[in-house]
Amino acid sequence: MKNLISMRDLTKKDILQFLELAEKIEKSKIKPNLSKKLAALIFYEPSTRTQFSFATAMKKLGGQTITMRGTQSTSVQKGETFADTLKTISMYADLIIMRSAIEGSAHYASEVVDIPVINAGDGANQHPTQALLDLYSMKKTQGTLENLTIGIVGDLKFGRTVHSLVQAMSDFKPKFYFISPSFLKMPEYINEDLREKNVFFQELKDAEEKIQEMDLMYVTRIQKERFADPEDYEKVKGSYIIESAMLKGVKKKFKILHPLPRAGEISTDVDKTKYAYYFQQAKNGIYVRQAIIATLLGGTK
Amino acid sequence: MKQMKVDAIKNGTVIDHISAGKGMQVAEIINISGENEVFIGVNLQSKKIGKKDIIKIENRELTSEQVNTVALIAPQATLVIIKNYEVAKKVSLKLQENIENIVVCPNPKCITNVDNIPTKFKLVGIEPTKIRCVYCERKYNVDEISIRI
Repeated sequence: MKNLISMRDLTKKDILQFLELAEKIEKSKIKPNLSKKLAALIFYEPSTRTQFSFATAMKKLGGQTITMRGTQSTSVQKGETFADTLKTISMYADLIIMRSAIEGSAHYASEVVDIPVINAGDGANQHPTQALLDLYSMKKTQGTLENLTIGIVGDLKFGRTVHSLVQAMSDFKPKFYFISPSFLKMPEYINEDLREKNVFFQELKDAEEKIQEMDLMYVTRIQKERFADPEDYEKVKGSYIIESAMLKGVKKKFKILHPLPRAGEISTDVDKTKYAYYFQQAKNGIYVRQAIIATLLGGTK
Repeated sequence: MKQMKVDAIKNGTVIDHISAGKGMQVAEIINISGENEVFIGVNLQSKKIGKKDIIKIENRELTSEQVNTVALIAPQATLVIIKNYEVAKKVSLKLQENIENIVVCPNPKCITNVDNIPTKFKLVGIEPTKIRCVYCERKYNVDEISIRI
């Protein structure tokens, strides 16, 4: 595999290989050494967390990073095309890790440079490393990815994390419950993909409904700004806020995941329960990103 | 003798069985603004498909790129090369798996619209024709797209 652009490009086998390698790295069974490698982090859209996570992963592998921030149009204003910027950086670095608001920009980057490209998020389209770390967290807590019942709560319309996750899980016979305000529902094109793959999904009004049936609950941020009227937000927010009182009678291994940052969707009283898993999930991101970088740069042997 | 509503041509190309309403779009794709005579019939009766549009172009054959584009817009159309009033060749329209630089991606946030690079789509469904942008990965029904001319 040369690049990691989209979950759509990965087979079930590819996914499991990444997760296996991440597990070996976590358990120190394998220590890839990338001490001669340099990764260029190109973040046209700010994302401190993802950038930190990648930089940490690269450094833990013994490698180094250079960082470019700014907007895609900055270089254009100077008269340089996006392709030229990337080609130039590819002369310095061994790997490009790229985040942009423009959809498909990572795919395009992979066409214009000869070094591997990792998509660290392209607009509302894909965020494959987040999806893989989510899967890793699910497998680690449940022991398997097969036949899981997953509630997905929050902004299902604009959340690319959720789209990548649903897509990635659909080969593992999952059962999905979707819980969101009506105007932030899962887009029809995603539902259509699920129907084509015969994946069970149902929309629920309330996060508490069916919670005892779930193995996992994946919560995402609902941005207040999405609501035209702030009063509407106040009215509905209670349905999408997870509190410890709701967690009575849930399954033993039940876990709550969140890509972070959270904005009040998970009440802090949940943090001390054994069901809270979002901070470990962020830690898992390092192992998974190490596995991805090592795979693409050939440091796994 | 069968009465022709649209004149027969001596040499050239006939695109028949275009679904009614798509004829003008097909005409635009194949660029009828040249010097050759072109006949366009709209909403004609058809035993095969009910109502159809038809285009006849005198003294011209289409490029393979144009044929591929017609296949995308009117997949059930038939294409016939006429030589001396006779059918010389029937060209079957086949939807291409890869549709390169023909379609405009309707997603304004797609890199192909922001940086004006050639578009690439993959065929992902037939009846109705559905295509997916290789870059932004959005899936579109063929009715939602416009053609890059």
